[in-house]
Amino acid sequence: MSESMEKLRLAEKLVGRGKVSRRQFVQLALAAGLTASAGEVMFVKAARAEPKRGGFAKFGLAHGATTDSLDPAGYPDTGTQFPFSGAMSNMLTEVDVDGNIQPDVAESFEFGKDAGTWIFKIRKGITFHDGKSVTAEDVIASYQHHMGPDSKSAAKSLLTDIVEIKADGPDTVVFTLKSPNADFPYVASDYHIPIMPLKDGKADWESGVRTGAFVFGDYEPGVRVHLKRNPNYHKEGKPYFDEVEFLTIADVTARSAALTAGTVHWISRADLKTLNLLKRDPNVNIEEVTGLGHYTLPMHVNVAPFDNVDVRTALKYAINRQDIVDKVFLGHATTGNDNPIAPVVKFAIDPEPKHSYDPEKAKFHLKKAGMENLKVDLSVADAAFNGAVDAAVLYQQHAKAAGIDINVIREPNDGYWDNVWLKKSWCASYWSGRPTADWMFTTTYSKGAAWNETNWSHPRFEELLVQGRAETDEKKRAAIYAEMQQLQHDDGGAIVLVFNNYVDAASKKLAHGKVAGNWEGDGLRIAERWWFA
Amino acid sequence: MNPVVRTILQRLGLGIGTLLVVSIIISLAIEMLPGDFARAVLGQSATPETVAAFQREVGLDRSPVVRYFEWMGGVLRGDFGESYASAGSLAGHRRLVADMIGPRLLNTLFLAGVAALVAVPLALFLGIMAALHRNSILDRGVNVVSLVSISSPEFFLAYILIMFLAVKLPIFVSLASISPSMSVLERLYVIALPAITLVLVIVAHMMRMTRAAIINLLASPYIEMGRLKGARPMQIILRHALPNAWAPIANVVALNLAYLVVGVVVVEVVFTYPGIGQLMVDAVSKRDLPVVQGCALVFAATYILLNLIADIVTIASNPRLLHPR
Repeated sequence: MSESMEKLRLAEKLVGRGKVSRRQFVQLALAAGLTASAGEVMFVKAARAEPKRGGFAKFGLAHGATTDSLDPAGYPDTGTQFPFSGAMSNMLTEVDVDGNIQPDVAESFEFGKDAGTWIFKIRKGITFHDGKSVTAEDVIASYQHHMGPDSKSAAKSLLTDIVEIKADGPDTVVFTLKSPNADFPYVASDYHIPIMPLKDGKADWESGVRTGAFVFGDYEPGVRVHLKRNPNYHKEGKPYFDEVEFLTIADVTARSAALTAGTVHWISRADLKTLNLLKRDPNVNIEEVTGLGHYTLPMHVNVAPFDNVDVRTALKYAINRQDIVDKVFLGHATTGNDNPIAPVVKFAIDPEPKHSYDPEKAKFHLKKAGMENLKVDLSVADAAFNGAVDAAVLYQQHAKAAGIDINVIREPNDGYWDNVWLKKSWCASYWSGRPTADWMFTTTYSKGAAWNETNWSHPRFEELLVQGRAETDEKKRAAIYAEMQQLQHDDGGAIVLVFNNYVDAASKKLAHGKVAGNWEGDGLRIAERWWFA
Repeated sequence: MNPVVRTILQRLGLGIGTLLVVSIIISLAIEMLPGDFARAVLGQSATPETVAAFQREVGLDRSPVVRYFEWMGGVLRGDFGESYASAGSLAGHRRLVADMIGPRLLNTLFLAGVAALVAVPLALFLGIMAALHRNSILDRGVNVVSLVSISSPEFFLAYILIMFLAVKLPIFVSLASISPSMSVLERLYVIALPAITLVLVIVAHMMRMTRAAIINLLASPYIEMGRLKGARPMQIILRHALPNAWAPIANVVALNLAYLVVGVVVVEVVFTYPGIGQLMVDAVSKRDLPVVQGCALVFAATYILLNLIADIVTIASNPRLLHPR
């Protein structure tokens, strides 16, 4: 490498920190034998790559209601998850952009004699927004907020395995679990469990004093949340914005208009139908990430005719998922293969044989079950996921070729999760996904799980589930989870339709690094991770 | 007794009865909806234990009749209760229904007021001009424009306005999210687009009623007399026809003003305006009964009061009703 080229490389690094001007940089580029315009392009790129401080970013969210509150027992949708969990708070641990677990409020974590005890050391010098240091007591109170008989927390079922939480000195917390769970640090990253200060023997969620990148400011439920930068944040250099505002813009057209008019800098859930129009806007970037979220059609495997595994397999072969991806999700989804573990999750496999559209195989399995024709009811509503009704109607057409008559029943959106889901023997459902195989299986497919939407219970699967949790050897775990996914694929009652993409749109003024896929909006932490270019 | 005073008293008494009936119907309707607050808030992540804990805390485990009478007792003392959403909060963080509705009602009244201040005079002026120049180009033009605007759904008008006045030509902003820290001028600027939408929606109705009422009167013998004695057309309309046309005009104006207060949720959603309509929709979808009741009472009271005012105008403008024999 020539000397001038080397100088240019060095300058490139300095540009991001604002130490080299555009003129100086282009001069160096010319010396290195580049054209002035190429130097210009390089300068802009380098200036964007390095995060910069400053600015007031506004985000348009698809959710938010007047009934929302700061209480982390709730956080039903992105209207609360983004500002209160992602921007204002930290959990003990954090899932990084590559899907690995990292310490956050905790400085380190390790298991005790086995994965049944977990020891979290609290980060040195970490403080709440009011300047108070985070202690073990605060962590314990934050967890107990979700536990106990009076808990109305959505995270309660997540924490039922915790037998005891105790402090070991001011900065160490020890969790004792009912049974070993090697994935417990992932559980501790759940957005429902931010660390809050202890006040009068309880976790104080009302004041909004947390540890996160931004300090609580103004809040009008269902309208806006305005937050200011936390100057004492424990992550070096972060956050980059001085102020952020989250606006609830429920109407998708209004959201797009707000972005194109420049009122907001980022919107979640762009309108897929008009995405090409939005792409044409020179000031807008479309951000698309495949996440863990997936749409399923769960069958109750204890109810006829779904109690016959061949009927289930026939139904799995009778659906043309690619057709649904193309027509209903306009290409913004990835076909599923009846394995609810997303490809990006650790230990995920793609089970064989792949369940793709094959009416002949469907007929074969139907015959094996002793049937020529099959007539089944499928209850759907768009409350399960946007496009559920359309997907079901397409499925109805696909299945006809296999001699299966699907009667699509359109249920009301209102109260869908109360009256249809878990009640009707075949319906549509949505999972935002979990970052580990164990977590996803435990919540949805294990025997006795509150949300076991297929009523499936398989002795070998249960055995493996317990084994996998206790096992700390990565190789053995991989084998265990591979077998479980295969079982789910072959025998389970859920048709995993597609993994949905998070399709967001951002102003070109914003810049960012690699985008995480564990939740929407860069793992809900867009305010902390993004910056103005 | 003066007939105006008597009507007011009578109507107010009836109004209170109406409000009572409304509150009972709302309670029944919410009870009949599937699910309750606990299930609606927890959604997919509801488990029987957490739902039960929620219900205990909010008091949903008691019978609806008991809850209704408790609520009613509170209302009689001027306490509209507390949103279910603040259950479990400390005293400082309670969300009282009155506190939730108050600022949003003010927002709604602000938008409705601005729209009405523009729309009502405009409608009267256009109506009178159209009647004066019946079947002229002006009359036809005004009719066509106003009929087109009333026939298009309001969200469509709103999107068209956003497209042309906020995106293509960035004169106004598409998000009408006002906040308490804004000055009046800033607020007026921010709500320009929703206000224009509402004006377009309501002007036609009022303008056509004004035109029809005046044209109707223009055929009466006393107007003919006026013409014969040589009064100018403008004078005939303003001095002779308009005083007799007030009754129908007042009624249709009242109806439209009531719509501005209670019926603009679609416009609120499109422009993300924090008005009372959005509050009611949120509360209904979450089954937050105290808030629904509060909003419903405000809406019902609005209708009752505006109709009362329209009736008073009718009586006051008609000597036969004002001095009954």
